[in-house]
Amino acid sequence: MIKKVRSHIVQNEPLLFERSSPGKKAYQLPELDVPEVNLASELGEENVRAEIPGFPEVSEVEVIRHFTRLSTWNYAIDLGLYPLGSCTMKYNPRVNEHVARLEGLAWAHPYQPEELSQGVLRVMWDLESFLCEICGMDAVTLQPAAGAHGELTGILAVRSYLESQGDARKVILAPDSAHGTNPATAQMCGYEVREIPSNERGLIDLEVLDKAVDDSVAALMVTNPNTVGIFEEDISKAADLLHARGAQLYMDGANMNALVGWARPGDFGVDVMHLNLHKTFSTPHGGGGPGAGPVAVKAHLEPFLPKPRVVDTGGNGYKLDYDRPQSIGRVRAFYGNFGVLVRALSYILAHGGEGLRNATADAVLNANYIRQGLADRYHLPYQGRSMHEVVFSDQKQTKQGIKTGDIAKRLIDYGFHPYTVSFPLIVHGALMIEPTETEGKGELDLFIDAMRSIADEVESAPEMVKNAPHSTRTRRVNETLAARNPIVRWEPAVEAEAEKPAAD
Amino acid sequence: MYPKELLYTKEHEWVKVDGDTAKIGITSHAQDQLGDIVFVELPKVGDKAHATQSFGTVESVKAVSDIYAPVSGDIVAINEDLIDAPEKINEDPHVGGWLISVKISDKTELDTLMTADDYAAYVSAESES
Amino acid sequence: MLAALGFSSVDELFQHLPQSARIENPLAIPAGRSEYEIIEYFRARARESGEGYACFLGAGAYRHFRPVVVDSIVTRGEFLTSYTPYQPEISQGILTTIFEFQTMVAQLTGMDIANASMYDGSSATPEAAMMAVRITRREKILAARTVHPEYREVMDAYLERQGLPVETVAFDEKTGRVDMEALEKQLDDKTAAVLIQSPNFFGVIEQSKQIAELAHKHGALLIVMFTEAVAMGLVEPPSDADIVAGELQSFAHPPSYGGPYCGVLATRKEYIRQIPGRLAGQSVDQDGERAFCLTLSTREQHIRRAKATSNICTNQALVALMATVFMSIYGKEGLRELAAQNVAKSRYLERSLADKGVERVFSAPYFNELVVRASSSKLESGNAKALDDKIVGGLDLGRFNPDWQGWMLVCATEMNTREEIERYAAAFS
Repeated sequence: MIKKVRSHIVQNEPLLFERSSPGKKAYQLPELDVPEVNLASELGEENVRAEIPGFPEVSEVEVIRHFTRLSTWNYAIDLGLYPLGSCTMKYNPRVNEHVARLEGLAWAHPYQPEELSQGVLRVMWDLESFLCEICGMDAVTLQPAAGAHGELTGILAVRSYLESQGDARKVILAPDSAHGTNPATAQMCGYEVREIPSNERGLIDLEVLDKAVDDSVAALMVTNPNTVGIFEEDISKAADLLHARGAQLYMDGANMNALVGWARPGDFGVDVMHLNLHKTFSTPHGGGGPGAGPVAVKAHLEPFLPKPRVVDTGGNGYKLDYDRPQSIGRVRAFYGNFGVLVRALSYILAHGGEGLRNATADAVLNANYIRQGLADRYHLPYQGRSMHEVVFSDQKQTKQGIKTGDIAKRLIDYGFHPYTVSFPLIVHGALMIEPTETEGKGELDLFIDAMRSIADEVESAPEMVKNAPHSTRTRRVNETLAARNPIVRWEPAVEAEAEKPAAD
Repeated sequence: MYPKELLYTKEHEWVKVDGDTAKIGITSHAQDQLGDIVFVELPKVGDKAHATQSFGTVESVKAVSDIYAPVSGDIVAINEDLIDAPEKINEDPHVGGWLISVKISDKTELDTLMTADDYAAYVSAESES
Repeated sequence: MLAALGFSSVDELFQHLPQSARIENPLAIPAGRSEYEIIEYFRARARESGEGYACFLGAGAYRHFRPVVVDSIVTRGEFLTSYTPYQPEISQGILTTIFEFQTMVAQLTGMDIANASMYDGSSATPEAAMMAVRITRREKILAARTVHPEYREVMDAYLERQGLPVETVAFDEKTGRVDMEALEKQLDDKTAAVLIQSPNFFGVIEQSKQIAELAHKHGALLIVMFTEAVAMGLVEPPSDADIVAGELQSFAHPPSYGGPYCGVLATRKEYIRQIPGRLAGQSVDQDGERAFCLTLSTREQHIRRAKATSNICTNQALVALMATVFMSIYGKEGLRELAAQNVAKSRYLERSLADKGVERVFSAPYFNELVVRASSSKLESGNAKALDDKIVGGLDLGRFNPDWQGWMLVCATEMNTREEIERYAAAFS
């Protein structure tokens, strides 16, 4: 039975371009207080564009209605559980939004003098210090704009470090359970990627690793807890093995929400790792970004971090240090996604050390509660203790021809966002569920009920499940059509028809 | 379901030999595994195909698959129809959905390929494991 | 819940972690603070960060007025707290706005198509270069020295380890534009792309049409990069380019000490499968209604892994939404008028500084920022005096290149009043 939702009226809305009509405007500019200039002579006649063809012309109310109506077509954390595994969809505290918009922080210019930037530099310094403490590492760079950008930064640092030791080496190892970004990153850094198979418990196999690590291996990239939500119990031994052969251990910090306050990567042998502030540290996902992907390293890698670095001069305040001869250079202009850093620091200040530890415990407790609530109805491919997420498979449901994607779509009818579908790749037909600490027992029980009810429906009404969702304003979208004939921008209808014969 | 006159590879390509030339495509089983094909990336006429090496890709919405040449040789034709209608591979994999045609440089390479019966047995063994 | 799982304490949830990995002591992070205390902490930091100062800095981060409507829309939880729209049935809101964003970026840049956004302009630029390498199957990139120096550093970091050489191209010291003769000499059959910025780092509008002709003659692509999007309200877009990379920070995101910003990547239709990052595409749902979904994702890392076009995963959806709302509000007329005000203000700044003996260096047309020249000591003392008057002056370009000593990059936007401009110029009396 569907308990969480019932249907309600949703407004239709065309594209903004279809609302547009000549002469409408939503902007106001102050009267120009300096002399007007002749644009053609100032810019050069050939440089002045006639107009921006197709650009919208609408009123302010239309802008508000347009985007407000569109917003109602989205699911969001603010509406309920968002159990995407590996994505850590936790509540985004509104105080974070408030402080990030304070004028002095939001309008600080990246090139304003350092003496005028002590506040923003202090924010970065404080955040770096807290992240070092949380990870058990020696230094942090806040420059990378996202997790994958952090991976790029971390692996470039590893490469530069190994070069300084005389040999950059050729190969990066990654388990078959890794996020797709790991092999893609290694490739971008000029490395060949070798995949190592997980063992029957979904973990890194030390014997396999032993055989794989020779003197061509630069690093192993692991996620811990791994992508099936299980802590890599041999991680310290793996680190020792790598270090003994001159290789580095990189940790993808996507799953740090399972560890904060309980275990520190620096203590279990990790040399370099990235964090996703938009996961573990509550900065909003915003429909796909912006994120931030700070990289934490042990001391031997610190000289290779991007420049500039924030330094505390003691008596003379904070400075940006550009004199970094061994640095990998820059991975982006300026210093990082500062506005995202403000929000993450706000989250850490709100929680404090004890609060962070409690949040982690709640996240792990919630995942285990879901595991227990569903283990008799969904196949659990790996039996190890779950941390912050639990991964089932659709093995029981495929007998009725129902796949993980179908169950996910049916979950939408119950008022939930689906879990992560078909990842990690080592689980055939995976259902990857991460509730985070945000949820209380009430929402979790509703979710467990929904999933159990769907398991019943798979038996009693498989066709209905296959055609879900049934209650959304948009039903299953034809992704094949979108990919075969890509339309990625709006064109005025008349023009499109006029063009057609020419295209054929 | 697998035409007798074709030869097959373990990577699920087929070959139709006609004198010195070989037409190459992917099998009905391969297209079924991929699902709706949305895009095909093919080499140019005049390029060389090398046995067991990739000469192009086929894409569905959620997967990309390399296509490996069963035999070596100069590419003498490509199936231009697929550029606008990749779904032909789904609809007619063993005839209309052919990908390239190659002038075979070493006929002994054909000896390593499977017959239709062997391939059918190979597919059913593979799907059981 | 703990009891339901058969645990007596939360510690048991972590008992299976190896002893060596577990920490016993709490983190050395001060106790949690209340909302009021958090706000006080950040207000103190804001006061230490130049709050309330006038500013004549540009150089890749611009101060433009943010219509209030922008924040009313982007703080809606349905946009703020949603994930990447992988489930189109319950993500049509964000998907539709991405489709509108892609359309507006294409219209603005004069390109056929654009993606759903990149981290920022500086990382979109090497992605454009890598794209050109894939398309042309050549390796060398010629980057104009008039491209933002920090952007060029990012290019080096991205491309060097992949063995892709980046050569710089000199500029004409008189005009401040790319030196066409030098460029022609450096172009060869190994050149994948020419990269220019327009308006360039010195604020000067480049001759992208002529540069495109040169590049194409040698089988190379032209990448045009921009940092000041407002220019495109008035300045001819680089329609002759093959790839346009850029930064939309100017469209409703404050400078925010350098980020988050909003990178864009736009290109010709035929290169759609070579563009990295997310793309929203139009389709229909089961009922035949228009619907949008992410598309061509086989280019991306989560499917193609090591063979992906890039490792990029996130885009900057929320900042892109700010830009979309901004473009909707200003629209066809407004963006033009906004750009015209920027031209007028910067011309007034140019004249006011010239009256005090601080003169423009280059002769070619510029948009809203310009390089001016005086002795280093005069610039330094003028800026120091201005700072005492709560005005942040221009940027000393000597920090990027010793040859640029005594050059200062100043910018004026619609947010700089006449009175501010006059006070700033007076500091150089």
